[in-house]
Amino acid sequence: MVRKKVLMKGNEAIGEAAIRAGCQAFFGYPITPQSELPEYLARRMPEVDMIFLQAESELAAISMVYGAAGAGARVMTSSSSPGISLKQEGISMLAGADLPAVIVNIMRGGPGIGGIQPSQADYFQATRGGGHGDYRHLVLAPASIQELADLTWEAFALADQYRNPVLILGDGMLGQMMEPVLLPEEPPPLVDKPWATTGAKDREHNEIYTLHMGMEDLEKHNQRLAKKWEQIAREQVRYDKFMLDDAEIVIVAFGIASRVARRAIRMAREVGIKAGLLRPISLWPFPTAAIAEVAKQARAFLVVEMNLGQMIEDVRLATGGLVPVELFSKITIVPNPKEILQSLCSLARRTGCKIDEAAIKEESA
Amino acid sequence: MKTVFSRPQALTNKPLHYCPGCGHGIIHRLVAEVIDELGIREKTIGTCPVGCAVVANEYFNVDMQQAAHGRSPAVATGIKRVLPDRVVFTYQGDGDLASIGMTEVVHAAARGELITTIFVNNAIYGMTGGQMAPTSLLGQFTTTTPYGRKKELQGSPIRVAEMLATLEGAVYIARMSVHNATHVMRTKRAIKRAFETQLEGKGYSLVEILSTCPTNWGLSPVEATKWLADNMIPYYPLGEIKVAAAVEGIN
Amino acid sequence: MVEMIMHVELCKGCGLCQATCPQDLLSTSDQVNSKGFYPVVLLDKAKCTGCALCARMCPDLVIEIHKQTA
Repeated sequence: MVRKKVLMKGNEAIGEAAIRAGCQAFFGYPITPQSELPEYLARRMPEVDMIFLQAESELAAISMVYGAAGAGARVMTSSSSPGISLKQEGISMLAGADLPAVIVNIMRGGPGIGGIQPSQADYFQATRGGGHGDYRHLVLAPASIQELADLTWEAFALADQYRNPVLILGDGMLGQMMEPVLLPEEPPPLVDKPWATTGAKDREHNEIYTLHMGMEDLEKHNQRLAKKWEQIAREQVRYDKFMLDDAEIVIVAFGIASRVARRAIRMAREVGIKAGLLRPISLWPFPTAAIAEVAKQARAFLVVEMNLGQMIEDVRLATGGLVPVELFSKITIVPNPKEILQSLCSLARRTGCKIDEAAIKEESA
Repeated sequence: MKTVFSRPQALTNKPLHYCPGCGHGIIHRLVAEVIDELGIREKTIGTCPVGCAVVANEYFNVDMQQAAHGRSPAVATGIKRVLPDRVVFTYQGDGDLASIGMTEVVHAAARGELITTIFVNNAIYGMTGGQMAPTSLLGQFTTTTPYGRKKELQGSPIRVAEMLATLEGAVYIARMSVHNATHVMRTKRAIKRAFETQLEGKGYSLVEILSTCPTNWGLSPVEATKWLADNMIPYYPLGEIKVAAAVEGIN
Repeated sequence: MVEMIMHVELCKGCGLCQATCPQDLLSTSDQVNSKGFYPVVLLDKAKCTGCALCARMCPDLVIEIHKQTA
């Protein structure tokens, strides 16, 4: 059978990919701009004999995820920024209890209730743990509907592989837009979960807990978790390169912002600027080594993100002061490639990069 | 020799950490006895609250999950929905259930979630050191009501059992007490009926159990049982608060 | 014949069993257990009927009761 691409909305593609990844239960709460995802699963999950439940709150939804994950199921929840803040309690619990789960954040602008426009303002929250305590989880940042579907599938596999929550960090634009997508066919292989609370039949009883009252006990628990996160950091760095080989100016952008950055890079190339893109796909673990490597040849970095400048801190840490790192920031407006081009031109002039001034004049004339 | 009374299988051998005379020990044992009698130890999954019973996972010899503060009914929902043929119970105190977790318990009950809640009401926060609970009585002294709970400042204590009984999905709701042996035995019967309600797929069941906190009440264990009888029972009437028609045949 | 096994190491000396015994057969030991509590003792084994009310009130599973079957 020939696999065919289908035209799907981002939120719905996540839903269908989750089903095909063997998601057994979804617990969620409506919030714009991700509501099409629970709506899609409300329709589809019963068709495949799986569970959809609209929870009374995000707090309850993530706790249902915790219960179901602890009981050994492949399980997912989704929300958008304000709802993800509420879910942090449960995400910290999942991380502390080594439970696999997939969490989707289709970001909107904040702070507070903010708005419903796309944004990337939850970068810090996503990559630094977000909730209380010292913990990490994978953060995957898709930039297309195809990647939303692929990374949703991967997220379930990675959650099971590492017994850790995995966050998919999209934005309202990705959630709402439509693109052709090739959906996954087979779920990732099921893994044994002898630790799951399924009933203590022919074995000792299982306990899923996050309380470690003894000082030594809690220290050891954290050290053990840290080893797991170090392993993830070694094994799961993902990024994409675009026109990077000869680039003098490197744009670092993720998600929807990287799509606009690509366009700006093509425009920059037309006016003689050797621009290229390094697009982190895993925001945690961050592609620090790859950026450090690129920084050896590049003259300048431009970080394009839809927030006040959050990922730029990781880029500056990675470049270690070798080259200037500047910010192009829009908070809840998807950037215009022409504006990014202006920033690239300005940066090129100030850092002595190649630029074809005649072509620029021709362009503007 | 016939064994009249011994430790139930559904409890581990770990000595309980609770203060002398604390009702949790009695209630743990009753739940375990019911699990044994129903022969469901190998298919029962419980959740622990945040509060004194947070480490109940070490005491119950069944699979257990620790929930975030108040979220037990949601965690139990997650477990039950993916493992519908298992028996799932939440074990919660009055701070966990009636304060921070009121939303979760109301909605689990409203959905008629096929879980059983053991709700221990001792009218105070034990673990954190004796602060006011939503179920603290008017006039009761706690570390956060040092002048006594006042209706105009802290409102009146919540009668959880009666409130939940208004919900269609809640089919068996009882309030019992463990202040003396007679009531301990009645409490056990109610717990059994609640679990049977779940086993027969009838709906949500909850047993509120009035219990003592001698340490934070500042009374001896024996005085505490008397305080419960004299002060709590008049405000929190005992009995089966709601037995829906579907549950009447279960005993 | 009733055999009452007291797991005295589990006892916290709360006294609930003593207050419950209908025949007032239980008392407090004058020796502390390893936890530092004065545990329960059965005063008159012969009079115990094995009603187990004490065990039902015990929060710490100190008391185990067996009865000789006729």
